Amino acid sequence: MTEQEKRIRIARRIALELRDGHFVNLGIGLPTLVANYVPEGIEVVLQSENGMLGVGPYPLEGEEDADLINAGKETVSELPGTSYFDSASSFAMIRGGHIEMAVMGGMEVAENGDLANWIVPGKIIKGMGGAMDLVATARQLYIAMEHTTRAGKPKILHRCNLPLTGVGVVDTIVTEMGFFRVTPQGIVIEEIARDFTPEQVQAATEAMLIVSPQLRPMPGT
Amino acid sequence: MDKTVASAAAAVADIPNGATVMIGGFGLCGNPENLITALFELGRRNLTIISNNAGTDHEGIGVMLAAGQIKKMISTYVGENAIFEEKARSGELETELLPQGTFAERIRAAGAGIPAFFTPAGVGTVVAEGKETREFDGRVYLMERWLKADFALVKAFRGDRWGNLTYRKTARNFNPVMATAAHVTIAEVEELLPPGGLDADSIVTPAIYVHRIVLGAGYRKPIERRTVRKG
Repeated sequence: MTEQEKRIRIARRIALELRDGHFVNLGIGLPTLVANYVPEGIEVVLQSENGMLGVGPYPLEGEEDADLINAGKETVSELPGTSYFDSASSFAMIRGGHIEMAVMGGMEVAENGDLANWIVPGKIIKGMGGAMDLVATARQLYIAMEHTTRAGKPKILHRCNLPLTGVGVVDTIVTEMGFFRVTPQGIVIEEIARDFTPEQVQAATEAMLIVSPQLRPMPGT
Repeated sequence: MDKTVASAAAAVADIPNGATVMIGGFGLCGNPENLITALFELGRRNLTIISNNAGTDHEGIGVMLAAGQIKKMISTYVGENAIFEEKARSGELETELLPQGTFAERIRAAGAGIPAFFTPAGVGTVVAEGKETREFDGRVYLMERWLKADFALVKAFRGDRWGNLTYRKTARNFNPVMATAAHVTIAEVEELLPPGGLDADSIVTPAIYVHRIVLGAGYRKPIERRTVRKG
């Protein structure tokens, strides 16, 4: 599987979690792809923490507006119903628990739901941006990430090694191998991609996986 | 009452060496370009800058960084700036990185007269080191203090001579909260209207928060990531 194929598979699966009327924050990178696969017939409102609800697609060429960007500093467009607000109001709605679902990338997730995703190993610290606020208070936190590092090392671990973004914050992990729920008992694999066996998934995972009695194939695989 | 100042240079002239200055903007979006340039040209040093980002190597706050005018930066994300990296690595620049919501709320709290508040962001991370925690209704929260400045440089879209301000799209970002949290707030606008020219229901920053207002000129508004779709 190419990297892009993995990313699309993950984004498509997370998009199936969206419900009509959801207010959702998508992180930079892979999570942004989820917007391309919103199921037909539902309306989802995307929040961008720099102060916008109702983020539209990238603008048509020639219609870019320097005053209209998303949190990744990309030019975006407005939709009928869009609203703007200042950064303190934006994080008040995040911290106040009004965001139904946040999707974020991950470098490491631990079996207790700890997340590390803000310091790249070996690189200078660039800052956490809004990640710590979002993970602490989104009602449901989905981590969209490739199952292993480029070097093939597991990213779902007993304990995170990197500096944490949040403690016990992850609800769900989606990788190219499957759909995983973080529970008080540990990480449960609920769906498995058709091109992997449970043994292969476990071999790529440091944390001990609990196989759901209702284990089913991951849609889109 | 007329808070209009003739030029950006005149508006920032009394900012001293060693001042703490908030600067609005998210990346290069909603930056007070004229005021940043004026502060750079004024050549003050040992400044503490409170701003979400540090500009880029050749734009915004990055220009002041390159000139060695900044002693300390309080920010949330500084990933677009190689000069920042270099100066932070060498120890020439002191840095404090905060979760963005904590950063925004500390500024809001200062403007609202609230010395401290509790937030769940950063609990159990490096951000919590040395900070008081407290449990409310079974969950642990971090105590964070207000964040004030001597001056705030903000960018609005339209304003009037009283200092009422409106903003445009996501260029609003940190500008309205920063306008509330400094001893002296200096605003620059793209259009300066006569009193009554702004729709009273649409004013975001009421005049009480603004001390000086300047009509900006020559906006460059650089785009950091130009992303488009095909028609």
